[in-house]
Amino acid sequence: MTLHPLLRRLVRAIPIILIVAVLTFMLMHLLPGDPAAVIAGSDASVEAVDRIRVQLGLDKPVVTQLVLWFVRLAHGDLGTSLVLDQTVLSAVMERLPVTASLSAVALAITVPFGVAFGVLAAYFRGTWIDQGVMMLALLGVSVPSFWIAILSVILFSVTLGWLPSSGYVPMDQGVGQWLAALIQPASVLALFQIGFLARMTRSAMLDVLDQDFIRTARAKGVSEWRTILKHGFRNTLIPVVTVTGIILSLLIGGSVIIEQVFALPGIGRLVVQGILARDYPLVQGVMLLFGITFVVLNLLVDVLYTMVDPRVRNE
Amino acid sequence: MSDVAALPIREFARPRRRFRTLRKLVAHRSFLFGATVMVLLTAAAMAAPLLTHIDPTAMQVRFRLRPPSAAFPFGTDAFGRDVFTRVLYGAKLSLWIGLSVALLSGAGGAAVGVVGAQFRRLDPLLMRVMDALMAFPAILLAIGLGAALGPSPSSVIIALAVAYLPRTARLVRASALVIRELEYVEAARVSGAGNLRIIWKHILPNCMGPLLVQLSFVFAYAILADAALSFLGIGTPPPAPSWGNIVSEGRDYAVEAWWIMLFPGLAISIATLGMNLLGDGLRDVLDPRLKVEG
Repeated sequence: MTLHPLLRRLVRAIPIILIVAVLTFMLMHLLPGDPAAVIAGSDASVEAVDRIRVQLGLDKPVVTQLVLWFVRLAHGDLGTSLVLDQTVLSAVMERLPVTASLSAVALAITVPFGVAFGVLAAYFRGTWIDQGVMMLALLGVSVPSFWIAILSVILFSVTLGWLPSSGYVPMDQGVGQWLAALIQPASVLALFQIGFLARMTRSAMLDVLDQDFIRTARAKGVSEWRTILKHGFRNTLIPVVTVTGIILSLLIGGSVIIEQVFALPGIGRLVVQGILARDYPLVQGVMLLFGITFVVLNLLVDVLYTMVDPRVRNE
Repeated sequence: MSDVAALPIREFARPRRRFRTLRKLVAHRSFLFGATVMVLLTAAAMAAPLLTHIDPTAMQVRFRLRPPSAAFPFGTDAFGRDVFTRVLYGAKLSLWIGLSVALLSGAGGAAVGVVGAQFRRLDPLLMRVMDALMAFPAILLAIGLGAALGPSPSSVIIALAVAYLPRTARLVRASALVIRELEYVEAARVSGAGNLRIIWKHILPNCMGPLLVQLSFVFAYAILADAALSFLGIGTPPPAPSWGNIVSEGRDYAVEAWWIMLFPGLAISIATLGMNLLGDGLRDVLDPRLKVEG
């Protein structure tokens, strides 16, 4: 088969999305015991349990349920929340701007800092700057984000009173207020990815700085910062783009926890509240949407990767 | 003649090699630091009933919200429970969960990886399932699975083991794919060794280095992720103490009784940092190709 590489990646994403759909379908069937009884709660009557069983189609054979799940998905129906009196899709759409804003602001903080720290650490390799960046990376994978978030609220919201401690302001009520509400949660979220991005940038940069063309550039008298930025940094863009895609996934994953601390009404909070309220159809639908989003995100990174690196395109 | 000559060499060569790895590890600063932290924490967790005589769930309302003092080194919480005792008992749970997740995801990941590498017809399906699992950030996958399995330490272990399994499987598969093409494996196959024997005797032992490195990091992630799950109310349910749920309970008093959330958070950080440093050391010594140069 001689498919275009991009097309090949697209084709490969389809079975992954199908498997994600099967896995999310299975979520409800992992519930210990009778799912209908678990969802109805411990003090529900037999009638209530039966009603939920019929409502969710749990009275049918599992294979039939799976087929129906795919039929529904094909119609764009992700299910209906048991608690919210709302379809999963509309519940998600309502909260999407919050999570999207949070992730976007966090990404906008992570990328410049992460890249700059990485380049600095590579250039000043072995010095305290390098060690500081590595330490930040280590702390990023060792300290719980929710704990830092609470400490941050105590410092910046309670003690100093600089920033709101919770809540979300939509962008159409003023960009300033929107940003003020998001800057603290987004910074905490970013803090955990800056070190990771810096580490990746650093090692990509070190690989490039060892290349012959860097020596050539220096030898022919190109200024130092031009050597580093134009000849060095531009060649690290490929790994950095890939890592940035991973980081966006991690930021969305991390937002589930951060939204909880800052009471931001986003998709993460929707999922956690759904879990605590045993609203499994909602959890199932949101997890499926998350899964599809991440598969598409990975696909986009691949596409971007192909665009920035001609070598991959012609592979 | 040759037999006699071979004997002493074998006797000396083996222990020396083993000690060499150990010596390198002991000489590695961050490994030594990480290992010391983990040993101390494990000892403290094991000796919890000796270090404190208070029941971690005993409520003494008259002592509620006391700041740290000689009687209550980490203070008390809103129910008058001793935070030091709860953090200590929480250590046992956290370390147990970290270890179980590492072992379980290691065993599962090694099985999937080796089967994928050795039985090529199963490989595409297995790897697509792994891709689907890996599409989710591990924490989100664990939240979904944890939700389905219900709040308890054992569901946290299963959820996290599944969440970290795909990465381990990919790693083992990649190593196994290289190893199975090596001459000595071919020699074993030619001399009639079956698939199982080749996997068990030749492929798995040679994947051990990278696997061990990976699992030490899984251990660290698991401690952190378990804390996050209990913080969200999806992990170990109260009143049993877990580091995550102590922080969660202390959150409402974060300003006037900062000690409730401060100490368990520090404990999580120290344990995870210790395990990460230990893993860094293992990586540098066992798997030098991955060493972060600097």
